[in-house]
Amino acid sequence: MSIDTIDRRIVEATQAGLPLTAAPYAEVAAQIGLEEGELLERLAALQTRGVIRRIGIAPNHYALGMVANGMTVWDVDDARASRLGAAVGALDFVSHCYLRPRARPLWPYNLFAMVHGTNRDEVEQKRAEIAELLGAACRRSDILYSTRILKKTGLRLGRDGGS
Amino acid sequence: MTRPLYRPDAVDRRIINALQEGFPLSPRPFAEAGRRLGLGEDELIERLENLRRRGAITRFGPFFDAAAMGGAFCLCAMAVPQERFEAVAAQVNARPEVAHNYARAHALNMWFVLATEKPAQIEATARAIEAETGLAVLRFPKEQEFYIGFRVSA
Repeated sequence: MSIDTIDRRIVEATQAGLPLTAAPYAEVAAQIGLEEGELLERLAALQTRGVIRRIGIAPNHYALGMVANGMTVWDVDDARASRLGAAVGALDFVSHCYLRPRARPLWPYNLFAMVHGTNRDEVEQKRAEIAELLGAACRRSDILYSTRILKKTGLRLGRDGGS
Repeated sequence: MTRPLYRPDAVDRRIINALQEGFPLSPRPFAEAGRRLGLGEDELIERLENLRRRGAITRFGPFFDAAAMGGAFCLCAMAVPQERFEAVAAQVNARPEVAHNYARAHALNMWFVLATEKPAQIEATARAIEAETGLAVLRFPKEQEFYIGFRVSA
């Protein structure tokens, strides 16, 4: 799937965020030479196609006091990984949850779940809740604490289409 | 990335929990979203401005799926010798394809996400990092994602 040049202008104009004004879409539309109605229709179409995953806020876990975060990783029986991944992803303290390929022997884990808490004890408690949920389907697990953010930026599209 | 701690009040928490997705696509979206939250248009805008200024939200708007636009994301990890850690971090971070990068306590001690507009650029960038650093870049592309969002206790 790809996007046309008007959609690309929309992405470029909104990827850093929407203006916090009463009529943000009218403002963006004026910037890129569209009617507000066309912008809204195109945004809705992009959302339907899954190009826009969601429209809303990204909370900063650190600033909200969730200063401890652990990437919990689990070696889960492949036959049950999809169903169990959905159950782990539904836990309210898990912000991201993915199935990924293993990299044996160094890395036997296929389920990744990012857990946030106000301190490590809280993160460990939540890790134990996940372990309980996975039960015997999980062969082993680990947790990787972040010690430092080295870089953090959002997705940025280049103007040239990234060729 | 150290920011002063912000303690959101009950209204802020409702906003944070309710507005992670589903922001309206309509001419006066803050008025519409505010009605659902029992807030006026101006109050919601002011609160979002404050949350952004205080660093409690990092971004507000549409979140695009690079894969749906023909691009790609890939989580990568490296085992970097401690004495080279800063130098390698600088080499990795210098690449615009690296969206974020975290130091983690593990033998695989550097974890970063590559975000590119074309899938082939993931492989090219990972190989370029391997060539530049002489270290293996393990690739963990997502096979399935379970997104629900994050909730602060109300």
